[in-house]
Amino acid sequence: MTFKEIKTQLKSKTVGIAGCGGLGSNCAVALARVGVGRLILADFDVISLSNLNRQYFFHDQVGLKKAPALAENIRRINPEVSVTSHDIRLTPEGIVPLFRNCDVVVEAFDLADQKQMLIETMLAELPHLPLVAGIGMAGWGMNDSLHCRRIDNLFICGDEVTGTGPECPPLAPRVGIVANMQANTVLEILLKSFNQIA
Amino acid sequence: MTITLNNNCESFAEEKLTVSQLLKVKNFTFRMLVIKINGHLVRKSAYENTEIREGDDVMVLHLVSGG
Repeated sequence: MTFKEIKTQLKSKTVGIAGCGGLGSNCAVALARVGVGRLILADFDVISLSNLNRQYFFHDQVGLKKAPALAENIRRINPEVSVTSHDIRLTPEGIVPLFRNCDVVVEAFDLADQKQMLIETMLAELPHLPLVAGIGMAGWGMNDSLHCRRIDNLFICGDEVTGTGPECPPLAPRVGIVANMQANTVLEILLKSFNQIA
Repeated sequence: MTITLNNNCESFAEEKLTVSQLLKVKNFTFRMLVIKINGHLVRKSAYENTEIREGDDVMVLHLVSGG
């Protein structure tokens, strides 16, 4: 496939991004660069200085809301992408109406309980929709431990074991790798005829 | 019984186990889990009452923080 053909195919696609932190911001930017037609961003948080070690924001954006700030950064990269940003905390009730018409949803939360809430809600309410989750990417090194696997319509990227801790912070390289693994998985789903498991 | 647990064949002396019992036997101590049996989601509130039997395909996904 040429890049022109890829862009044509992606133009009509919509991807939901649940969380605009380390995973969501980097994944959304990668998808915007290759020309995914529409991105739906959701995050309730504000950019802080400590986020800049991994998240796709700039020093002069500290204090701004993440979802609209990421939408602005994406517009500066590729103005052809239609970006909708939602400054909201996602709940089980909010997830379904926001993402039901997406072609793929990306789980990009930070905290394990939020990841569980999103994955459970998606598996229960929108089980046909491909969901790409990022699990286990704190620390540094250990490239070989990062992988991607599929369970029905759920795709998991990461090492699945390394959680964040005081001695094991999330950092740009590993978070960026997993965010881009997620984006790469999204492309694989969007560019092939997705083999949906009922 | 013999079941498939995270794509591996595993045998247990018991004829059946609830999800809670399985987590205990396997020493799965992670607080945040997503569990599917034969492709169907089992919510946390149903762990006590959902039984796993011979031949079931069980997926236990551990969630850790970071992103």
